[in-house]
Amino acid sequence: MELVKNVVCPFCGTLCDDIVCKVENNEIVGTINACRIGHSKFVHTEGAMRWKKPMIRQGDEFVETTYDDAIEKAAHVLADAKRPLMYGWSCTDCDAQAVGVELAEETGAVIDNTASVCHGPSVLALQDVGYPICTFGEVKNRADVVVYWGCNPMHAHPRHLSRNVFSRGFFRERGRADRTLVVVDPRKSDSSKLADVHLQLDFDKDYELLDAIRTVVRGKDILYDEVAGIPREQIYEVAEVLKNAQFGILFFGMGITHSRGKHRNIDTAICLVQELNDYSKWTLIPMRGHYNVTGFNQVCTWESGYPYCVDFSTGEPRYNPGETGANDLLQNKEADAMMVIASDPGAHFPQNAIMRMAEIPVIAIEPHRTPTTEMADVIIPPAIVGMEAEGTAYRMEGVPIRMRKVVDSDLLTDKQILERIRDRVKELQASK
Amino acid sequence: MQKIIKNGMIYDPLNNIDGEKMDICIDNGKIVDSVANDAEVIDASGKIVMAGGVDPHTHIAGAKVNVGRMYRPEDSKRDVMARGGGMRAGSGFSVPSTFMTGYRYAQMGYTTAMEAAMPPLLARHTHEEFHDMPIIDHAAFPLFGNNWFIMKYLKEGDLDKTAAYSAWLLRATKGYAIKIVNPAGTEAWAWGGNVHGINDPVPYFDVTGADIIKGLAEVNEMLGLPHAIHLHCNDLGHPGNYETTIASFDIPKNIVPKPKYGHRDKILYATHVQFHCYGGTNWRDFVSAAPKVADYVNKSDHIVIDIGQVTLDETTTMTADGPMEYDLHSLNGLKWANCDVEMETGSGVVPFIYAARAPVPASQWGVGMELFLEIKDPRKICLTTDSPNAGPFTRYPRVMAWLMSNKYRMNLIENELHKWAQTKTTVATLDREYSLYEIAQVTRATSAKVLGLSDTKGHLGVGADADIAVYDINPETQDLSAEYMAVEKAFSNAAYVLKDGEIVVLDGTMVKPDLYGRTYWINTKYKPEVEQEVLVDVEKWFRQYYSVNFENYPVQEDYIPRSVPLLGDSVPGEASGKEPAIEGASK
Amino acid sequence: MSEIILNPKVQPQVPLEAQNVTPDMFAGKSIDEIKNIEIWFGNEQVSLSEFFDVEGESADNASEIKIIIDGDVDNTKRIGQGMTAGEIVIKGNTSMYVGSEMEGGKITVEGDAGPWAGRDMKGGELTIMGDAGDYIGSSYRGDWRGMSGGVLTVYGNAGNEIAEYMLGGKLVVKGNVRIMPGVHMNGGTLIIGGDVIARTGGEMKGGTIVVKGIIDEFLPGFEFLGVEKDIEIDGELLEGNYFKFKGDNATKGAGGIIYAATKGNAHIAP
Ligand code: SF4
Ligand SMILES: [Zn+2]
Repeated sequence: MELVKNVVCPFCGTLCDDIVCKVENNEIVGTINACRIGHSKFVHTEGAMRWKKPMIRQGDEFVETTYDDAIEKAAHVLADAKRPLMYGWSCTDCDAQAVGVELAEETGAVIDNTASVCHGPSVLALQDVGYPICTFGEVKNRADVVVYWGCNPMHAHPRHLSRNVFSRGFFRERGRADRTLVVVDPRKSDSSKLADVHLQLDFDKDYELLDAIRTVVRGKDILYDEVAGIPREQIYEVAEVLKNAQFGILFFGMGITHSRGKHRNIDTAICLVQELNDYSKWTLIPMRGHYNVTGFNQVCTWESGYPYCVDFSTGEPRYNPGETGANDLLQNKEADAMMVIASDPGAHFPQNAIMRMAEIPVIAIEPHRTPTTEMADVIIPPAIVGMEAEGTAYRMEGVPIRMRKVVDSDLLTDKQILERIRDRVKELQASK
Repeated sequence: MQKIIKNGMIYDPLNNIDGEKMDICIDNGKIVDSVANDAEVIDASGKIVMAGGVDPHTHIAGAKVNVGRMYRPEDSKRDVMARGGGMRAGSGFSVPSTFMTGYRYAQMGYTTAMEAAMPPLLARHTHEEFHDMPIIDHAAFPLFGNNWFIMKYLKEGDLDKTAAYSAWLLRATKGYAIKIVNPAGTEAWAWGGNVHGINDPVPYFDVTGADIIKGLAEVNEMLGLPHAIHLHCNDLGHPGNYETTIASFDIPKNIVPKPKYGHRDKILYATHVQFHCYGGTNWRDFVSAAPKVADYVNKSDHIVIDIGQVTLDETTTMTADGPMEYDLHSLNGLKWANCDVEMETGSGVVPFIYAARAPVPASQWGVGMELFLEIKDPRKICLTTDSPNAGPFTRYPRVMAWLMSNKYRMNLIENELHKWAQTKTTVATLDREYSLYEIAQVTRATSAKVLGLSDTKGHLGVGADADIAVYDINPETQDLSAEYMAVEKAFSNAAYVLKDGEIVVLDGTMVKPDLYGRTYWINTKYKPEVEQEVLVDVEKWFRQYYSVNFENYPVQEDYIPRSVPLLGDSVPGEASGKEPAIEGASK
Repeated sequence: MSEIILNPKVQPQVPLEAQNVTPDMFAGKSIDEIKNIEIWFGNEQVSLSEFFDVEGESADNASEIKIIIDGDVDNTKRIGQGMTAGEIVIKGNTSMYVGSEMEGGKITVEGDAGPWAGRDMKGGELTIMGDAGDYIGSSYRGDWRGMSGGVLTVYGNAGNEIAEYMLGGKLVVKGNVRIMPGVHMNGGTLIIGGDVIARTGGEMKGGTIVVKGIIDEFLPGFEFLGVEKDIEIDGELLEGNYFKFKGDNATKGAGGIIYAATKGNAHIAP
């Protein structure tokens, strides 16, 4: 058995880079340091069937085919479409994402990533009011007040608390004991159990509660005795805790990005953090889900100027989530072809988006059998980045880390597949 | 393959050539003595020829630059380009996307640009963006001025360890120079504070800005780096800050430059000095102190500055000076981004509108111009806008035209600028006009030399890289002071631009957009035995206090496809080595 | 006024983008030239006549041109974008961005309009007889400067975040709106004839919002200033009693005013 060290976990946005993989006969048979979900990704215990060969739909059946054929078909679908959509991108590396952006340009497509259905609201909010963040190490070394709002890290980012909150830091030698942990969540969760303060607000009232806290932080009184189910006195108490922090950090997740008002909840949360800097030091970090969802937003931004939902139909990049998001295009029946990569909209999109997917040609670049591949016309299986291929990923707060290759694979990488589609599309466009 | 640029008027200050008509011969990407008769002829008659522009301080690649793009879709929408002609699509007025950045620099005849602030932990990000930035040669300056190891070793008075760590960090980040931003201040900002002046100690680490400047200036020469320490002084933007500025300039003045590569003869490079030349005590009694700072520079031989000229645009400010950006946000109320980077540095981003009719921006415009016009020797000046802080780099041609035409300036002062430009600064009384020779000096020659790259950059002598700009400007037939709009236009759209001997721009249009430039970085070690000791500390702190593993920290060579390491192993046995021949290759 | 009539043929599923359908673009062109004006059909450009029959008479000046779109253009975006003069009448429904960035002239939509109608509007008149979508009279993503002038009137209902970052001008919705009307508003006037679900004037700093119907939920960050009778807004007298609030105190420099009819709104007053 061979031990491969300093492996980067290709699962969640915590992007742990201290994993040790136990390798036997070119297979990962065990891990050290990974949490249970990271571990199961490495050792394939997810129970998912892996595609070993490209597949093409013929009637109700999938038949095995070659990469060449699958790529030829994919290139034709994309080149012929008037409003192709390229969606996913969050579980692959930045080089593949970069080829994706070029392919979207070449085909006059709309390119969007899974941020669209998770932290897209955070992006819209930071575009309106700003983005004061820090890297994880700052939290570990300095934070004495830690707030998790609308997220349950014990469940979705299992090592997040242990790495950032429980661990000892330079100015926080006692670790957890040196910090006040606040969890804001309408539900009780494994994370809220660990908190010093659990603000159990009413569902869909994040904006109201934040409006109240901001008002109190600024020394003004609030109109009502109770906001979002939280009594006035407790709002005042919390405001004091926040103002008296030496270094405060707000982590926020899907519970607030997707409650009523979506990006406006994040907008006002960002403003709260900004204003707290008049009294102490505060920053925030979005609890991003897929390990490289952040990377796509970075790549897409430096190449096109916009982070997601980029519409290249006129040749120029244009951007307006609400119009140019994957769900917008599907639900408005605008998209007439779709390429899905490194994600599973078939499992996560609303019904009328999926109905549109069923009506149009779908190409899936995807290692596993998923609800998306079930609806696909072409399935192209890649090697898995972070295990079978190298590449860059960006941690949730933007720290880029080189993903390691642990075992070999015969399959093409996402990047190679995309390059071949791109090259073929170029030929097809040139001959038009 | 061979080319000859015929009959152009050559402006090449590093070789003392001032408008003479000469032919430039090119072979294999280099400028050579002569070429064969069948060499491709580029007719430059009636045009001027300069070396490709060298921008020593700009913000074009990396984490905070990308935040600037990402959080300002309204800025991206102001300037958009479609895919076509081999060019990639892009957008961004003040912070263009990477491809667009390369094209826009090239169209102005610039062929080298330096990213002036790279957080070491996020270095990989900067290099990834370089990878998607066509044409220009480039390098990035890692941030040292608030780094925990640096502060710890300086506190201990251990320059050897400071030097060994610095060399390691340059290698690990593939960085080029020692960048210092608000020394001690950004670490203070990690607790929400700042330092004031150079003698205010940073919390816990207990060293001052002055200690950091002095220590790193010494380390710079211990390592023999090509570039000088690159300093963004404390107290940026505060009325009364000029005293801090002059005191900071004075700190390293007795250190002797000892570059192991290049021909730098200065010890200090001070950046965007316009922001550091303010007198008074607040914005009411504020008055320009540019004449005082200019006077200091005129009397000193150890320093080169860049200006950071305000261009009177709506732009995006971005800097590792975290507390400054928070102050700016408090002042203008516009959206504030920030990123504190563990153990190393911080940064902030805020949009800013330099409205000509507003008193402060009008004065800042005047302050920058005063520096340009009152510092007598252009060998001490680099033209910058601290892009995009005081304005986007795409405005360089306008700044050049302002410098060359008093009429242009007076039109602006009299018709568009708030009267503070006249009452708070002396700009309206200065009628000096830059010559083309001086323009070449402040846009290529000074910068190439102080960066340590003047063997191959910033001039048109034999052996230089064939990075060449030909502009449709004719000083024999045009009154350049009167025809300032034509000058601005010509500098915006070069007639020809050659990069490594290839024509990349023709009549202002990209004709070879898929050429990619080199990455310069410093590959040096300081006393291996000291480095061993230092790495024991480093690894320990990584285990305890960093959030990435030591082994995953250094930027892998994969990120540097056109790598030009300087010093170290790449130049065995040479005190002042030549860079290895690496052609600017297509991607 | 010269009338140019565009008769929509079938509306495709892949949307059309008709930012070129403005009196400004039509001015000085013959009908044949107008037929050849390009519009976007997905990632392709096609001539206007591919999706519209064009007839009528053109004129040299935009201000003399009235464009009549004689039917539903449900899947056509950006009609009248950036227009400065003249008139457009849409005798049916239309899609996103109608009248966005308009600076002058007049647009009437006889049916419904999609989101972002009148986005970044600077002047002119935009009237929607039916319902309108989200973000009408808003700003572009990331911009803190939204609608700055003109009058936008909706006779039906409207969606979320209308008048977002509004700076000036007047936006009137006769019907109901959803959440966040006037969010981040900095100036101008927003008058809502019907009801609001929640978060009226969230994070507003300036401007005036009047709600004549019922506000289900109100934000805690406002200050109650009392009751006023028969208020005058932009020279118009609005009769009845109104609760007056100032806020949103969650933000620095808050100075926005909200009037809410006292009738049916007793639950939001302290
Ligand atoms: S916390 Fe996330 S990144 Fe870390 S091991 Fe678990 S799944 Fe992997
Ligand atoms: Zn700078």
